[in-house]
Amino acid sequence: MELAAPPQPVHPPAPGVRSPVPAVALRGVSKHFGAVTAVDGLDLTIEPGEIVAFLGPNGAGKTTTIDMVLGLSRPDAGTVEVYGTAPRTAVAHGLVAAVMQTGGLLKDLTVRETAQLTAALFAHSRPVDEVLERAGIAEIADRRVGKCSGGQQQRLRFAMALLPEPSLLVLDEPTTGMDVEGRREFWSAIRADAERGRTVLFATHYLEEADAYADRVVLVSRGRVVADGTSAEIRARSTGRRVSATWEGITTAEAVALRALPAVEDVELRGDTVLVTTGDSDAVARHLLTATPAHDLQITARGLEDAFLALTTSVPATHPTAPTGETR
Amino acid sequence: MTAAVRTVPERAVPPLGGFSTTFLRLEIRRLLRNRRTMVFTLVMPPAFYLLFGGLSDSYQHQSAGHGNVSAYLMLSFAVYGAMIANTSAGASVAVERAQGWSRQLRLTPLDPVAYTATKVITAMVVGAASVAIVFVVGGLGGAHMPTSAWITGGLVAWLGAVVFAAFGLFMGYLLPSENVMQLLGPALALLALMGGLFVPLDALSSTLRTLASYTPAYGVGELARAGLLGDGIDLGAIANVVVWTAFFAAGAVWRFRRDTARV
Repeated sequence: MELAAPPQPVHPPAPGVRSPVPAVALRGVSKHFGAVTAVDGLDLTIEPGEIVAFLGPNGAGKTTTIDMVLGLSRPDAGTVEVYGTAPRTAVAHGLVAAVMQTGGLLKDLTVRETAQLTAALFAHSRPVDEVLERAGIAEIADRRVGKCSGGQQQRLRFAMALLPEPSLLVLDEPTTGMDVEGRREFWSAIRADAERGRTVLFATHYLEEADAYADRVVLVSRGRVVADGTSAEIRARSTGRRVSATWEGITTAEAVALRALPAVEDVELRGDTVLVTTGDSDAVARHLLTATPAHDLQITARGLEDAFLALTTSVPATHPTAPTGETR
Repeated sequence: MTAAVRTVPERAVPPLGGFSTTFLRLEIRRLLRNRRTMVFTLVMPPAFYLLFGGLSDSYQHQSAGHGNVSAYLMLSFAVYGAMIANTSAGASVAVERAQGWSRQLRLTPLDPVAYTATKVITAMVVGAASVAIVFVVGGLGGAHMPTSAWITGGLVAWLGAVVFAAFGLFMGYLLPSENVMQLLGPALALLALMGGLFVPLDALSSTLRTLASYTPAYGVGELARAGLLGDGIDLGAIANVVVWTAFFAAGAVWRFRRDTARV
């Protein structure tokens, strides 16, 4: 156990008792930049030990929210608490550390010097060589940061974040610009680390990352939480399959008739193309091919991506949202 | 197994706002690694002393106060060296902001005061090296003055250059550039000229001389030479150093606050 001997707790928690304090608590948080509302009344609570993906398209307010969790900026409205204290206090105590997207490194230091410097700034730190090993960069410890690849620099940022042995690790789109192999290696290092029970919050716009590595997916759009649950739960919001077919001259009455078929959830007309969302694609296909002039059938499964698109592109503000963990 | 991790460990905040000798040592090492800065702070000032005639017979035999003209030159270039060293160390915050390092440091317990103190101490260490090199070259090559003038001149050149550490910090926060020293190099040369470090201000017209006495390098230059010339303490020169240091420091604090508010 890595944390077998935590540094002298002032209020020692009973062993084995889960902390009642949430790792992150955002309540009614808003942030504006001029006329732009980046975060719009966002509520989010993350319990210790959760691995949460903060998923959303570019401009959804992910980075702005993360900056507020890290104390890099202050909300215009609402409150942000990390382990029950102000973010800046949590940072000063080494309870939260972050891997940012880009920058944050000095090119003229070596990899080891960068880690040594970071370690020296905290009251409590893991040994430098240990974290370099865990981040997989021990063999390039003497290389200048400016000569490291993007992936190596990212693993150095990860190593730096591990030094204070934070309870919460925040990753802001950590694999942006990495190739597939780099992303896989990076995530396997994060995953190995998360198995030790650390709370992890990562922002991403890669669906597969959220799907593969998170216990919980928080979908954000236009500065609000639009869905919150396991990736399976979010995927379940858009079950069924989509059957598309070409049907020249389909009338509204014919479309309404399709909508009346059993298990059909939605019918959409796009010119001569009809799109049917249904829980029983076989029945719809059979009907279309035998009872109508429709041809060129395609049947596609709906997945997290459909849920993502459905939830982030055209969500009316009053639309009821997630099946679980609804926060608004 | 995971219970110990799921409880929040009680952690201390580091003493002294996160000030650490490791950080200081690495800061100094970074500055020493920068070849351009080293040439400007450790090579150019003694080279200027030689080029401006520190070794020449006439300067060695011409008296200036309690010593010779070579000593006068040596003190001027010691101030100039300390000036460049301090500005370089202070202005390195521009590079750190451009590379996102300042933002990274805000994810650590490091207090802005401890950060600034580390920058100023780094400036003082490199400034001391610059003054020492000019004094060694001067001492071996022609400069003569009383021991007390060596000591006071050296200390004033070294400590008085803190005005330029503040100047460098202010410019570092003001100019968002990785090449900030390329802008500041010519500015420093002009300030050194106006401060009477390259040529005695007696050569200027009285209007220019009055103007020059209000520029930031003037005070420290005057005070560094006071022991040699035996002029006594010039209160105007002290005021010059104090006011400019306060002005640049206030500017640095103002820009720093804007910087952290914006991010």
